[in-house]
Amino acid sequence: MTHAEHPVLATDGLTVRFGGHVAVNDVTCAFHRGTLTAIVGPNGAGKTTYFNLISGQLKATAGRVFVNGEDVTRFPAPRRTERGIGRAFQLTNLFPNLSVLENVRLAVQARSAHGFSLFSMASRHVELIEQAEHVLARVGLLDRAGAVAATLSHGDKRKLEVGMMLALERDILMFDEPTAGMSVDEAPVILDLIRQIKADTSKTILLVEHKMDVIRSLADRIIVLHNGYLVADGAPAEVMSSPIVQEAYLGTGVADHV
Amino acid sequence: MLNTLFSGDFPRSRWLTGLLLLIAVALLLAPFLFPGSRPLDTAAKVCIFIVLVASYDLLLGYTGVVSFAHTVFFGMGAYGAAIALAKVGPGWGALLTGGALGVLSAMVLALLIALFSLRVRAIFFAMVTLAVASAFAILVSQLFHITGGEDGLSYSLPRELTPAFRLVQDKVFDVRIDGRLLTYYLVLTACAGLFLGLLRLVNSPFGRVLQAIRENEFRAEALGYRTVLYRTLASCIAAGVAALAGVMMAVWARYTGPETTLSMDIMVNILLMVVIGGMGTLYGAVVGATLFVLAQNYLQTLMAGLSSAVSGVPVLPNLFAPDRWLLWLGVLFILSVYFFPTGLVGRLRGTGSGR
Ligand SMILES: Nc1ncnc2c1ncn2[C@@H]1O[C@H](COP(=O)(O)OP(=O)(O)O)[C@@H](O)[C@H]1O
Ligand SMILES: [Mg+2]
Repeated sequence: MTHAEHPVLATDGLTVRFGGHVAVNDVTCAFHRGTLTAIVGPNGAGKTTYFNLISGQLKATAGRVFVNGEDVTRFPAPRRTERGIGRAFQLTNLFPNLSVLENVRLAVQARSAHGFSLFSMASRHVELIEQAEHVLARVGLLDRAGAVAATLSHGDKRKLEVGMMLALERDILMFDEPTAGMSVDEAPVILDLIRQIKADTSKTILLVEHKMDVIRSLADRIIVLHNGYLVADGAPAEVMSSPIVQEAYLGTGVADHV
Repeated sequence: MLNTLFSGDFPRSRWLTGLLLLIAVALLLAPFLFPGSRPLDTAAKVCIFIVLVASYDLLLGYTGVVSFAHTVFFGMGAYGAAIALAKVGPGWGALLTGGALGVLSAMVLALLIALFSLRVRAIFFAMVTLAVASAFAILVSQLFHITGGEDGLSYSLPRELTPAFRLVQDKVFDVRIDGRLLTYYLVLTACAGLFLGLLRLVNSPFGRVLQAIRENEFRAEALGYRTVLYRTLASCIAAGVAALAGVMMAVWARYTGPETTLSMDIMVNILLMVVIGGMGTLYGAVVGATLFVLAQNYLQTLMAGLSSAVSGVPVLPNLFAPDRWLLWLGVLFILSVYFFPTGLVGRLRGTGSGR
């Protein structure tokens, strides 16, 4: 079997239950190479939880996850990362007391074979540092390279978060509200970056985003989650005009974005 | 050159550099600067505890792992050498084989503990190590025909390490160049090598991953690092280094018993030394161990002097009675944690977090 027959990423009946609450309920969906899929839904719909199930931060109660046709449901997070899943978190998730450069350098190092190099000096692996600096330049943080991550502004932390995922150079990129809380002049840096990545057709992008103008300009497809269910799936224009989406958004006052 | 030796990780503070240089010179010239057996004994213990505390800092300060079994590994190294010397006789073969077996068993035990418990929550790991520590102490006292039980073991060293051995017939700067001096310099050299090795380890790509795990294990996993493997390897290395410190302790003291290697007191002392010096900065181990061992050895003397100096005043002589030295050590500890929450090294570097 060649991998070309398979979607890059697929979930089959994916479900997770927290006590009595079903946060993601029987979601079956496939994602194809070179596409950007926007995932929308009101707060608490299960978008982040769906991401956690895919990248392995959470164990599914039922259902399966496939990467290039391989069942990765039982893989822990590091092995899924190895298989090609990159993740940027909604709640910024950094190494707070390390420098900005070191945060990204650790991501670069993760895909090199150097992690178990015990007696070489990290500062002498110049190639890793250069690659990290290259990524910092892409997200516009090169001038902050020496700063301690915890001291960054919110917007810069979001950029670093995205930079760490980019540095992994995975084929599947999952952005969870990457521009949330960013100022109007900061957000375009990230959005341009997503646009650039999209131009590389070997990537598969999943993007959780609320701003409909952003989705309209970037997405090839929209899926809608509501109360853990996948309630709509299709081309942006079609999904945005469907009654079910209008209803889902009306319930939470996000309607003005639609 | 210096950069390679110190792995690019310099003290980064003029005061700290000065303090470390002072400690290094004092240790290097101890037999000549402070004649007598008690100062030399103190100097050797400083060296050994620097390595022991630094190996513990690899776990606590760099990886964020809390373990109470560090004295077990220290003890395994010490007992390995001690049992071989006591049962086989004072030869180099016995010392090296026994020591190597002790170090090896310490690393295997660390591996087993890690495999059984590093996957679970940190508090559970700490409890497991606590249980292992008391179980090991009981085992040592039960197997008294091998370990000497509560009395411990006394033994002789290879001839070259005994006071009777003369390397040079004449005195140098009025100091006899005997086996005792040779032992001291062996211990000092080994400790310096181990310390610099640990310094390299924490500044290696591997060491950076350990820090990432300490900072945010969840994210380290998401980047693709198998954190359990990293923590397991760190535990084994720390155990091996602690056991080597134990071998040196056995050689230096010519006696090994539960009181000097396994007691909970020593475990608590190691914790205090790490915290006083500053966690996650190996230099903290140097500063912490030096101050602590000095206080342990000389606070009583100092207090005896103070007590007689204030003998006319009410209450005060009692307060400074040498028996109260532990109380004052406690007071010093509380003060240092209160005023230097990032340890002395953090304080001297003038940073919030030491890194
Ligand atoms: N670890 C958890 N334990 C219990 N409930 C959770 C957990 N994670 C998420 N939830 C719940 O699952 C639902 C979906 O949350 P989430 O996926 O974060 O929504 P979204 O990202 O779409 O805003 C929410 O009701 C949330 O409270
Ligand atoms: Mg969310």
